[in-house]
Amino acid sequence: MTLLHYLVLSGILFTIGAVTVLVRRNAILAFMGVELMLNSCNLALVAFSRVHGTLTGQVMAFYVMVVAAAEVVVGLAIIVSIYRARRTVSVDEPSLLRN
Amino acid sequence: MIDYAWLLVAVPLASATLLLLLGKRSDAWGHLLAVVAVAASFVIGLLITLEVLAADAADRIHDLHLFSWIPAGDLTIDAGLRIDPLSLTFVMLITFVGALIHVYSIGYMSHDPARRRFFAYLNLFVAAMLILVLADSYALLFVGWEGVGLASYLLIGFWNYNTSYAVAAKKAFVMNRVGDMGLIVAMGLMFASIGSVSFSDVDAGAQGLTTPMATAIGLLLLLGACGKSAQFPLQAWLGDAMAGPTPVSALIHAATMVTAGVYLIVRSDAIFSAAPTAQLVTACIGAFTLLLGAAIACAKDDIKKSLAGSTMSQIGYMVLAAGLGPIGYAFAIFHLVTHGFFKAGLFLGAGSVMHANGDATDMRTYGGLRKVMLVTWLTFAACWLAIMGVPPFAGFYSKDKIIEAAFVGEGWQPWVFGGAALIGAGVTAFYMSRMFFMTFHGKARWVDSASALGADDPRPKRHPHESPLVMTLPIIVLALGAVSLGFLLSLGDGITGWLEPVTGHVEHHEPVLPIPVIMGTTLALVAIGALLAWRQYARNDVPLVAPTGSPLTRAARRDFYADDVNEALAMRPGQDLTRTLVYADTAVVDGAVTGAAAGTVGLGQALRKLQNGYVRSYAAMILAGVVIAGAVLHLVRL
Repeated sequence: MTLLHYLVLSGILFTIGAVTVLVRRNAILAFMGVELMLNSCNLALVAFSRVHGTLTGQVMAFYVMVVAAAEVVVGLAIIVSIYRARRTVSVDEPSLLRN
Repeated sequence: MIDYAWLLVAVPLASATLLLLLGKRSDAWGHLLAVVAVAASFVIGLLITLEVLAADAADRIHDLHLFSWIPAGDLTIDAGLRIDPLSLTFVMLITFVGALIHVYSIGYMSHDPARRRFFAYLNLFVAAMLILVLADSYALLFVGWEGVGLASYLLIGFWNYNTSYAVAAKKAFVMNRVGDMGLIVAMGLMFASIGSVSFSDVDAGAQGLTTPMATAIGLLLLLGACGKSAQFPLQAWLGDAMAGPTPVSALIHAATMVTAGVYLIVRSDAIFSAAPTAQLVTACIGAFTLLLGAAIACAKDDIKKSLAGSTMSQIGYMVLAAGLGPIGYAFAIFHLVTHGFFKAGLFLGAGSVMHANGDATDMRTYGGLRKVMLVTWLTFAACWLAIMGVPPFAGFYSKDKIIEAAFVGEGWQPWVFGGAALIGAGVTAFYMSRMFFMTFHGKARWVDSASALGADDPRPKRHPHESPLVMTLPIIVLALGAVSLGFLLSLGDGITGWLEPVTGHVEHHEPVLPIPVIMGTTLALVAIGALLAWRQYARNDVPLVAPTGSPLTRAARRDFYADDVNEALAMRPGQDLTRTLVYADTAVVDGAVTGAAAGTVGLGQALRKLQNGYVRSYAAMILAGVVIAGAVLHLVRL
């Protein structure tokens, strides 16, 4: 298991996450895509941390987790209130703020 | 009294200011105040003149310092007055003729609702004209020069609700500005070469000038004189200026302002004697304009425009005399003074005739007015004899001297200038007699509207009558001047001796022809001219509609196409230039500005489409951005 393997796995995960965000209409699934991308980053950070033998990557991963948690809290709240108002969780429906 | 010479200018200026500021409140008495102001100037001028006359010839030049006007580093210009025989001659002419014309205007303008404003402008004119002739430097002269231009503009366009009158005023103003450029540049050159623009410094420094510099200054001064004095090639405005009320034509466009060019040349004698070429050009222009104006005067049917051509021609005589150098200066001024009287008299007479005929100016609709306008006829006849130069009327003494002086010289010059002056005298007799006979003699070419006869007569219906006393009295005084002034002023070297401190003493020169021959030829030509006019316009019938005439007549009727030439040479290119500039401004400058704005708007419109509200497309854009940024970073190896 070399660093390259981790990075390739991280890249694949990131791509899957990005494609999910871009392709799926369901807000919950898009969220999951975002989480996947964040976690692919975390994987890369932790892998680098291990290779270099420092803690910097680990600490960065914690930061990412904290941010992800905060994001989920805010994002889910928005999704729930959109669902209440419009009875849908599609991300394409609420485009009133365009232009 | 000399110390109070500034009052000469201050009194009419104060009156003009008061009348303009008070506005309609002074309508009832404004004209009287204006007359009193000019009369006061005349009295002051008379007292000063008597004081100067009493002094010895050597003490007749006084420089009166008023205040420091433009102290600017090396250039310091003081405002001051020069009291000398030349300026006093003008002061007397301006205030005396001006006062008479003010009195006349009371009657002539009595029906005009804006009479008070008219008198305010007349006062303004008198004040400006006095500044012009009393100034002791070219800079202060220029103030008066522009002041009279302004007053002339205001008065030509006095009835400016008539568009063609307003256009005439504008034309006069613009053509005068062309001449003024000459005067301004001449002042610049004087300052550059002599270091001062005051008359005394220029007189002293003129001898030290290089000939090209003196010639340049002389020619530029001449350009200024041509503009003001309606000399070729800046003569076309004077005919149109007749659109103004007739007293204006008499005061400004015959007796005073138009002669300012002659004053300028005589005043700049030091420059001109240092520049023989400029002097020769001056004489040539005078001789040419003298014939040109006379030809125009022969062809016009409008009584005032004919007089305007005559003014051009007579001032041509003065410019010719001034161009002859010291020998002609005094005669130029002499003719200027007598001309001021008889030409003002003729204009006022023409105004009286117009007044009687319901403001009709076409001489072809006059005729036989002698019986109904006896006073006007008599005074007009006196001025007519004076301008023709019939002895012993005033014009004989002044014009004959100019003709004699024109025959003095060497080579071709006396023959050309003398010949032009001689022919001019004959043509003058013709056009003035034509005017006189067409107006007052022959059959009446109008029908008396009081008699109510001839309803289908093609002739216009009029009821001519003599003008009121307030109008005829000034004409009578001017006519008396036209009769006697020449004799009085030439009595015992009168005016030439009086002007000698300024124009210098001139030794007697023999003309190339004996004087009796010149005088005899002149009188013979005058008689022939008058006889021809009598045969054509008094004995024969004058048609109501002008015949087509020869090509020369047709050209003269149109001022020898001066307007067309000016239009083709100056107006059209100017208009084309402005049009090109306007196009460049809208297309290039405005185009760049509005183009930049339109580009920003277009870019915004295009970018707006990206803001579609779809979260996933935003995410795609961010991703694409990241990928591009990564690719760039990878490529440049940062």
